[in-house]
Amino acid sequence: MEQSVCQAHYNDKVIRQFSIMAVIWGVVGMSVGLFIAAQLAWPELNFGIPWLSYGRLRPLHTNAVIFAFGGCALFATSYYVVQRTGQTNLFLPKLAEFTFWGWQLVILMAAITLPMGYTSGKEYAELEWPIDILIAIVWVCYAIVFFGTIGKRKVKHIYVANWFYGAFIIAVAILHIVNSAEIPSGFFKSYSAYAGVQNGNPAPITIASAPLIQLCLT
Amino acid sequence: MEILFLLIPLSVYLVIFILLGLWWAIYNGQFEDLSAEGERILLDD
Repeated sequence: MEQSVCQAHYNDKVIRQFSIMAVIWGVVGMSVGLFIAAQLAWPELNFGIPWLSYGRLRPLHTNAVIFAFGGCALFATSYYVVQRTGQTNLFLPKLAEFTFWGWQLVILMAAITLPMGYTSGKEYAELEWPIDILIAIVWVCYAIVFFGTIGKRKVKHIYVANWFYGAFIIAVAILHIVNSAEIPSGFFKSYSAYAGVQNGNPAPITIASAPLIQLCLT
Repeated sequence: MEILFLLIPLSVYLVIFILLGLWWAIYNGQFEDLSAEGERILLDD
């Protein structure tokens, strides 16, 4: 089996950045989760401060573990797998670098705005509209880097994990853009496009339907 | 519920997109010799 010269030049820097931040956000997000869990037993742990109240910290915890921790882990592993199974470097490395810093900015803004009480009230879509726009921009760039890397692969066969990553990227893009559709009415205030009781809590059905669909497809 | 007038056509469009992808994958030979491809990633090249 001949050795390929470009083997040594995988873009590992962005993978390392995302991996380190995944660990850090995992610790941070789960610590917040532990803190609010403790508040369930000892409500006085909010010390009467609005920024430490359960209602404000819970979405901080969920967003931190899902998007900060989980998100960074998925970025890191998808960039790793797509490069090595395709035996090629990342498409548009500078754009990949932007996805890292853009994602960290999203997380930072979430960490600031959620304890301040800015929320859309939609579970797992609490972030207000300026952050939602940033998420959409970063996510489109992620899709470009990921699918572009598949496009420039040296191996004809697309390893199966890439199909799952690709599906997740498209699914999250659709979910984010459709579910977070909102009309701004202030700097950090907006009204959801889905008013009314039927749309009160869409998160459970969107999350529950994913394994059902996967089951039907396999 | 009027949003369904957008969501249902959008979903149909998405299914068509998925089926086109599946058609491409089959005709591009992605499903030929799956066991060899599964082992290929374990090899040191």
